[in-house]
Parts: sequence; structure tokens; C-alpha cells
Amino acid sequence: MASVAAPPMEVPGAAPGSPPAPRARTRRRRRPSRRNRRDYLVFLAFAAPNLLLIAFFTYRPLFSNIYYSTLNWTLGSPYATPIGLGNYQEFFSSPGTGRILTTTLVFTVATVGGSMVLGLLVALALNRRVRGGGFARAAVFSPFVLSGVGVGLVWLFIFDPVVGVLGAILRAFGSSSPQWFNDPTLSLVMVIIVYVWKNLGYAAVIYLAGLQSINKDLLEAAAIDGASSRRTFFSIVLPLLSPTTFFLLVTTMLNSLQAFDLLRIMTPLGRGTTTLIFDAYLQAFGGSNRAGYSATVSTVLFALLVLLTVFQLTVLERRVHYR
Amino acid sequence: MTALLDPTDPRPAEQTSEPRRSGPLSRRNLVATITTGYLPILLATAVVVLPLVWMALASFKSPGELLTQRPSVLPDSFAPTNYTDAARSVPFGRLFLNSAIVTVVGAGLKVVLAVLTAYALVFVRFPGKRIIFILVLATLMVPPQVSVLPNYVLISSLGGQDTYWGIILPGLGTGFATFLLRQQFLSLPLSILEAAEIDGASHWRRLTRIVVPISTPAIATVALVNIVFEWNEYLWPLVIVSDPHMMTLPVGLTLLANSESGADSYGIVMAGTVLVLVPVLVVFAAFQRYIVSGLTQGAVKD
Repeated sequence: MASVAAPPMEVPGAAPGSPPAPRARTRRRRRPSRRNRRDYLVFLAFAAPNLLLIAFFTYRPLFSNIYYSTLNWTLGSPYATPIGLGNYQEFFSSPGTGRILTTTLVFTVATVGGSMVLGLLVALALNRRVRGGGFARAAVFSPFVLSGVGVGLVWLFIFDPVVGVLGAILRAFGSSSPQWFNDPTLSLVMVIIVYVWKNLGYAAVIYLAGLQSINKDLLEAAAIDGASSRRTFFSIVLPLLSPTTFFLLVTTMLNSLQAFDLLRIMTPLGRGTTTLIFDAYLQAFGGSNRAGYSATVSTVLFALLVLLTVFQLTVLERRVHYR
Repeated sequence: MTALLDPTDPRPAEQTSEPRRSGPLSRRNLVATITTGYLPILLATAVVVLPLVWMALASFKSPGELLTQRPSVLPDSFAPTNYTDAARSVPFGRLFLNSAIVTVVGAGLKVVLAVLTAYALVFVRFPGKRIIFILVLATLMVPPQVSVLPNYVLISSLGGQDTYWGIILPGLGTGFATFLLRQQFLSLPLSILEAAEIDGASHWRRLTRIVVPISTPAIATVALVNIVFEWNEYLWPLVIVSDPHMMTLPVGLTLLANSESGADSYGIVMAGTVLVLVPVLVVFAAFQRYIVSGLTQGAVKD
């Protein structure tokens, strides 16, 4: 395209002797390549800093983790012993691993399911023009942008069996507060509730956009044919939302598997709430300084994420109805 | 939830209800009346807003007020005792400054890097651009937690513990911001840029005089989203900083929660939490539209 007369001032690298037009033919042949070369340099100048940072601080660690995972290495110690697959053997044979995987599964399924179902309900409620709807939409979304640490502390105060408002409400009804902090199962339930509270606004806003893009003619046609609202919802709206549902499934699952801030602040020791990612942190930075084992957990987690994403993109996406 | 579809277009709803003859007080109508009203919206809003209001009120309550079995809603006084106590326990002024520096510098550099990279990916010829973009995009799938240990080993061996650059540097490379801006740049009219190229404008001129000015809303969106991310960032600063004077607010808040761990000191902890959450709430309230669109982009392909 636009290969018309690039003005000479634009070619700082051009040989000083060449301007007085050599033979037209050679010029035409050489010009694109020189321009390409200049473009390559511009590309590198523009993109290289970011690309190098990504390579160094996002991709390099994946390989470092694989290497660390073959070491028996205490964080901070200058000595490390290569132990081959010893860490993996420990991980897959340890009795704690089953519990960690179960916790990860329960947390992920409950938070993904919870925030998507509740998000859809909220989106349906917001999908009508009422005064204050804009404010409600913003309010429902707002916890998503708040610090996980702050949100965790707010809810610790609410859940506190002694001074928490939840316990006070339960006591008013003659019940007593469950031991949210001491019972591992209840701790897991607690962090799931708070995580869903923090994230459902994201699903709601995305479902709302999906709902608003549904062609009104379809709903009108269904109504004329005498379809009940329930039938319209399940046979028309939900199928038409399936691309949105798929998108949300992929993104919220990635998010849930990365949940950390809330877990760390609400249950610092991870009793009942140790997911894979929390375990990777606790192993390296939770006191025992087991860097090699932590890297093993991280590597397993990453492999799991890749498998899940590939599965979602290849198997699940085929079931999605795109308009 | 079923009735929620009707209001988008009331006419057909009337048409259907006519042949069906449901009485004014039938179960269906009653449910519809309740669900069509404000109730669900009010409920959803209350569930979100009330805990935050409770936090704000508690930040003014004294230990005595907190320890009672039947908590009152309003505090006895709005004296900022808990705030001064929190600031005595943890250097909040300094933490605020640290967070501000890390957020402004970190988010600023990220946006500059992302603008440059996105421009290069869209408008500059380079072999293998597609693969480079896929690698950039794939970073969205790599949880930051996975890279924490190797980055900790590297940054601390370079002496980056308890320094600003140590906190900021590893997070600078950005896939998300690059992805969002690339989407935006792809939507720009190519003809303007071709005209500029014919007129002899260099890439730098095309970027700074054309692409950036017409993409200001998108760039602002990306900047705001990154400001929020950077302000809330927890795991990395938690790991790389141990000196309380270099902590960011979320890390300092953890320290405060650990040192004020009695049931009667929630007031102080809530005061600290208010200081962490309110700046983001203010930014969100002011730029809600941009932030929501930035965080939910890519979801709905029109």
C-alpha cells in the first residue's frame, strides 16, 4: 500500500549518497525491504520492553518452577539437593493431597456455580428500566474492585462468633453462632460465601450485557405463540445466553482457581481452606520454607490449568450456540 | 425470575395473559408483582452495601460497644479514636504514600508499555506477530501466584527486598492491558493512519498524534483498571516486603489485623479497612462506567 514517495527526511538511516535517484528499478526492489527493516526496528523498540518483562517475570518462572521442583531446597538456604521426582512422589502419595484437591474442587465448583447462578438472577432483576437501576448495577459490581484483604476483614468481623452481627442476629432468633473460625468445614463455607459476594457482580454485569443483546423479536414471537415466561426463559433466553455462560465459565473458573487474598486473610493457617494455590504459598512462605515442594505444587497447578483451559476451549465450546 | 422478561416489552405479555385469564390475585400474578417491583434490586443492593456500611459504623465504635451481645447500629460518637489508634499501631501515613507511589508508577508504566506494545502489534510489520500476540494473551492464564517463588528468589538476590522497584518491577509486563488496547486499536479507521503514512508521519508521530488522542477513553479505561489492580495487589508485596515502612496498604492492613487480634479491637481494624477500601470506592464511584467496561470487555461480541 502507501508506497508512494516516502519523503527523504523520514529515512534517517538512508545512505547519504543515494538520494539523487539511482536506477528506478533497483530502487523499487530495495525500498520495501529497507522499509520492512525499519518497521522491524520500530516494532522492537516499541514492544520489546513489555515482551521482555513478560518473558522474564511470567514465562521464566514457569520453567524455574519445574527446575526447583526437582530439588530438596529450603528457601533462603544456599544448598539444594537434586532429588529428581521425589517431590512429585511426595505430592501424589501424601494423605494431605487428597484433601487439598477436594478443597480446591469444592471451592471452585461452589464459587463458580454460586456466582454464575446468583449473577444471572441479579442480571434478570437489573434487566428492566427502573429508576435507580444504574446505581444498583454499580453497587452490585463494586465489591469486585475492592481489595480482597479489606473485604476479608469486613466479613471476619461479621462472621465473628463473639462480636459479629451474624451471631447477634442468630441469637435474636434463639439460635447460636456456628464456629466459623474453628470448624474447618464451616471455614470453607465462610470463604465461599464471601468469595461469591465479592465476585457475583462481575457475572451479573456480563449476563446483563448478554440479556440486553437478545433480539426482542424472538421474545415477542414466543409470547405471541403463547409460551409461558418460564418456557421462554428456558427454551429461548438461556440457550441464547450460552456464549455468555461459556465465557463466564472460563473466566470465573480461572479466577476461582487463583483465589488467594480472601483465603489468606480470613483463614491464615488454611485449616479447611487450603486450596492448591494457597498450599503453594504456605509451603514456601508459611513457615516451613519448602521451596522445592512449593514449586512442585505450583507446577501441578499450572498443568491443571492448562488441561482445564484446553478442555474448555475444545470440548465445551462445541456445545455453545453462537448467534 | 420468569416475569423479568416481560417488562422489556409489555405488549405481548398482555396479549398472552388475555387468553389465559389469570385472575388479579392468582399466584402467578402475585409473584410477578413482587418480582417486577423493586424488591429483587433492593435486596441485591442491600446485600452488597450493608456490610460496607457496617464496616464504616464499626470503625467509630469503642471496644465496649463492640463487646456487647446486642450490638447497636450507630456508634455512640463519631470521634476518630480508632483511626488514630490504627495509625499508632501501623504507620498508615507512610503506607498510604507507599501505596500511592506503587500504584501511580506501576499503573503509569504499565499503560505506557501496553500502548506501545499494542500499537506495534497492530500497526507495525514484524514476522511472527500472531504468535507473539498469542504468547502475550496466554499470560492471562498464568496465575501470578505461580510465578511468586521464582520471582522472589530473583528479586531478592538482586537486593530488591523492601524497595519500591522490587515491588513494582515484576508486575510491569502486562498481557491484559495490551490485549484490551489491541482490541481498541484494531477498531480504528485504517484510512486515517494510511493517510498519515502517505504524508510521511513516522510511527512515533502516528502513535502520539493520532492513535493515542483518538483512543483516550480506552486508554483511560485501561489506566483506571490497572490503578485498581495495583492498589489492591497483595501477594507479591506481602512476600517481597518485610519492613513495615515499605509496606503497601493491604499488607499493612494484615499487620494491623495480626497485632490487633482481640475481639474488642475490630474497631481499629475496621478503621484501617476503611482507609484501604474508601479510595477505591471513590475512584469507582467517579469512573464506574469506564471501570466496569474495562473489566468486562471481551465478554459480549456484538
